Amino acid sequence: MNTLKFITAGNVDDGKSTLIGRLLYDSDSIHTDQLGVLQKQTKQEGVDIDLSLITDGLRAEREQGITIDVAYKYFSTKKRKFIIADAPGHEQYTRNMITGASNSDLIIILVDARKGITTQTKRHASIGSLMGIKKAIIAVNKIDLVNYSEDVFTTIKNDFETIKGELNYDEVVYIPVSALVGDNIVAKSEKTPWFEGDTLLSTLEHIVISSKENLASRFQVQWVIRPKDEENHDYRGYAGQVLSGNYKTGDTVKIFPSGIESTIVRIEKHQETVERAIAGENVVFHLTDNIDISRGDSIVKTDYQPTVSNELKTWVCWLDNSPLQIGKTYLLQHRFRTVRVKIQGIDRKWDINEWQFNDSNEVRLNDIGQISVRTNQPLFFDAFTENSKNGNAILIDETNFSTVGALMFL
Amino acid sequence: MSNTINYLNQLEDEAIYILRETAAQFEKPALLFSGGKDSIVLVHLALKAFRPGKFPFPLVHIDTGHNFPEAIAFRDYLVNKIGEKLIVGSVEESIKKYNLKETQGRFPSRNALQTYALLDVIQENEFDACIGGARRDEEKARAKERIFSVRDDFGQWDPKLQRPELWDILNGKVQKGHNVRVFPISNWTELDVWNYIQKYNIELPSLYFTHERECILHQDKLVATSEFIQPLTTDTVVVEKVRYRTVGDMTCTAAVPSEADSVQDIIDEIIQTRISERGQTRLDDQLSEAAMEDRKKQGYF
Repeated sequence: MNTLKFITAGNVDDGKSTLIGRLLYDSDSIHTDQLGVLQKQTKQEGVDIDLSLITDGLRAEREQGITIDVAYKYFSTKKRKFIIADAPGHEQYTRNMITGASNSDLIIILVDARKGITTQTKRHASIGSLMGIKKAIIAVNKIDLVNYSEDVFTTIKNDFETIKGELNYDEVVYIPVSALVGDNIVAKSEKTPWFEGDTLLSTLEHIVISSKENLASRFQVQWVIRPKDEENHDYRGYAGQVLSGNYKTGDTVKIFPSGIESTIVRIEKHQETVERAIAGENVVFHLTDNIDISRGDSIVKTDYQPTVSNELKTWVCWLDNSPLQIGKTYLLQHRFRTVRVKIQGIDRKWDINEWQFNDSNEVRLNDIGQISVRTNQPLFFDAFTENSKNGNAILIDETNFSTVGALMFL
Repeated sequence: MSNTINYLNQLEDEAIYILRETAAQFEKPALLFSGGKDSIVLVHLALKAFRPGKFPFPLVHIDTGHNFPEAIAFRDYLVNKIGEKLIVGSVEESIKKYNLKETQGRFPSRNALQTYALLDVIQENEFDACIGGARRDEEKARAKERIFSVRDDFGQWDPKLQRPELWDILNGKVQKGHNVRVFPISNWTELDVWNYIQKYNIELPSLYFTHERECILHQDKLVATSEFIQPLTTDTVVVEKVRYRTVGDMTCTAAVPSEADSVQDIIDEIIQTRISERGQTRLDDQLSEAAMEDRKKQGYF
């Protein structure tokens, strides 16, 4: 059993909250005391329980009936543990959706069967793709309101297929559903006999998320363990996460920024020696030579080395109320390595609604663009589309330390 | 293949990553230790993250004065066993120092008062990060919580001004006076915690397992009699086989009827039960729809 993290994207009335509520409810993940509270809150006449209320956590959200912030929800079946990032669909909360998408392996894009593919659908699809999500489910919702029409479903499917080429998804699954009634969510609906695919839950249970194990091997030192007591006098271990690829004892490695080569003599996982470590694991490396290595240094295998540069071009999603300032110094956090960075210029801006690049000299809250930056010390990175774990970073304001931008290196 | 990594290992890897990130990014972190199962699991994860080195932070316990003696005894036993430093903050002392008014009523909660002692300890020791065992599945305000949650110098949480957390890149930089609450097991559920305890055979206070106890039956909930809670003549007092599903104050944590005397029994019981952890055992969360949200805004963790 493993974990699948997914985000649901949709507009206010597309039934996003109802869909999540339905998944939780039908998979028996809601406790009776929580149901009691929901029944009390449900004000709609003739409706026993308003499933959409399950996901709204904050007072302001309940009052306004909208999702403002990302909420994380959990449920599991016998096959998988699921973590749902429930993010708002409104354009003014794009930054929250970006946050949710960055922490997801899959995106469910809700499309209202009556409306078809809209500008919003394209915006959501574009954000998911940009943030590195590889799997998408197009849930054609409210299929009951179009009389379970196969034609409507097929038209929407064909429409999305024509724009799919511009996105980076490697698998897109289409499912006709009704979140309100429950069609094709957990159980196959008898009303869509023309649909041969799996239900939403079954798709979520079985979809395969590709491992980062076969990518180039990347490891950043997070924490140096040096006990300095008598018993462990010579112990010097480099703790960190295998970001991608795999390492084994005896591998020749190169250390950045020093450029020195060394050999892994021992790999430890929780004080036990292991032969191999793969992407996602936290391990401790021991090297043959006594080299000066500190937090943020990269230990990579020599076969395929990262780009080493202090000038780079990158996508940026702007998350702050004050706009990006050309010429200003920011902090750039490339996981465990933080450097200072100057914005050289805005190369172009992505119009997420029109799906085209425009020339622009400003990047504001919720804007997405491409910029050129120069760092005070070199970074050891890969292009985001080739190796997302070593190709992403955040921009931090130097004065109040807010996270102001998400970066995906080009 | 990622499929071969068990989901408990994924959760463990994520938590260890967060613990090391906390150690690396902050000057004076602390681990808030309540004596409950979630913070015991945190200690276990810290052992994995930092041994053979010492913990780069002390354990901090906020003693409400209403703790179960079993929880305090277990705390001292564990601290002694792992050989790490413990700092105790006292709610009793804060009450005297600030002349705080106790919550009235039959089953008073010191949850709100706990915040004073916590903020005092943070200030005295100049802690810039406090690691806690809160989980997002516990409560709906917690579902919106970040891994690194920035608090101002009043310890307040502002849900509308939370920092975006992108991928697993954690930004722990804060302005002077601000501090951060860190939640390494945010993505764990109650069942995940128990499965993990079983997998690694983690020791727990006896309170979690079945035992006989004298309780007052109060609105379907079993509240143990103690020096703080004396039965009234109108009370229904019962002696039952119970266990605690959460360990909070003796005054406001309810026991649940149970014969579970092993971790496996507890896991079976949780799978069967249809009531949430806090809903079943916390008398103080049920005061209002947004009780937790309000407490968090005032500096609670």
